[in-house]
Amino acid sequence: MKISTDKSKEYQAVVQERMPKSKVFSQLVRAFLVGGLICCVGEGVRQIAQTYLSMDEKGVSAFVSIVMIFLGSLLTGLGVYDKLGKFAGAGSVVPITGFANSIVAPAMEHKVEGYVLGVGAKLFSIAGPVLVYGTIASMIVGIIALIVE
Amino acid sequence: MDTFLDFVWAFVIGGAICTVGQLILSYTRLTSARILVLFVVLGVVLAGLGLYEPIVALAGAGATVPLTGFGYALANGAIEGAREDGIIGALMGGLRNTAAGVSAAILFGYLAAVIFKPHTK
Repeated sequence: MKISTDKSKEYQAVVQERMPKSKVFSQLVRAFLVGGLICCVGEGVRQIAQTYLSMDEKGVSAFVSIVMIFLGSLLTGLGVYDKLGKFAGAGSVVPITGFANSIVAPAMEHKVEGYVLGVGAKLFSIAGPVLVYGTIASMIVGIIALIVE
Repeated sequence: MDTFLDFVWAFVIGGAICTVGQLILSYTRLTSARILVLFVVLGVVLAGLGLYEPIVALAGAGATVPLTGFGYALANGAIEGAREDGIIGALMGGLRNTAAGVSAAILFGYLAAVIFKPHTK
């Protein structure tokens, strides 16, 4: 009897040890797959812009951003993106569609607070910091480029 | 075949960048907002060092769609601006180069938030 409880304790320990690891691993795989697929959608848009709309390099990258942000906003509005997020984790956060999601989701949620301090302000609750730190970092890079050249 | 390879690289590199994000998310419990900020700044730094350009050349949208690509566009704009317009260009080049994406985010974000009703989670 004692042996069997020991065994079951041992077993529990093994389960405890392995469970989170395999969870993390499967989460990594899901992030990889979904992130990769979202980038493939972007690549498809890029190929279309390049081949059929004969845009230049700058036009293409602007077009891809616009289309991906549109898709991210629409899917968030429809409630699909948050479901995807539960499955994909960072796979849906890191792509620019996730950036669009971070804009729409809080703004939609806080609509009851009005169109200025609700929607208007919450649009930037996450995009704001992203733009602040990204822009300042780019200014530093620009000034370094100025000094170096 | 070339086109097919473009998609393979976009998938592999894009997936890999997201996996790095997931590693940080799983092991540090940083919020996704912090991940986004981190990735943009990381993209700016890598692009500033000239390390992101080869990844974009290889992976196309696999490198530009993740938020590091937004940082790459910010840094490229600032460097270009510095070259063409000096100090003013260095300061505003980043936003100028990403204006399309930022404007689209504001417009579509606003419209989606106004049109759709929030979903209970």
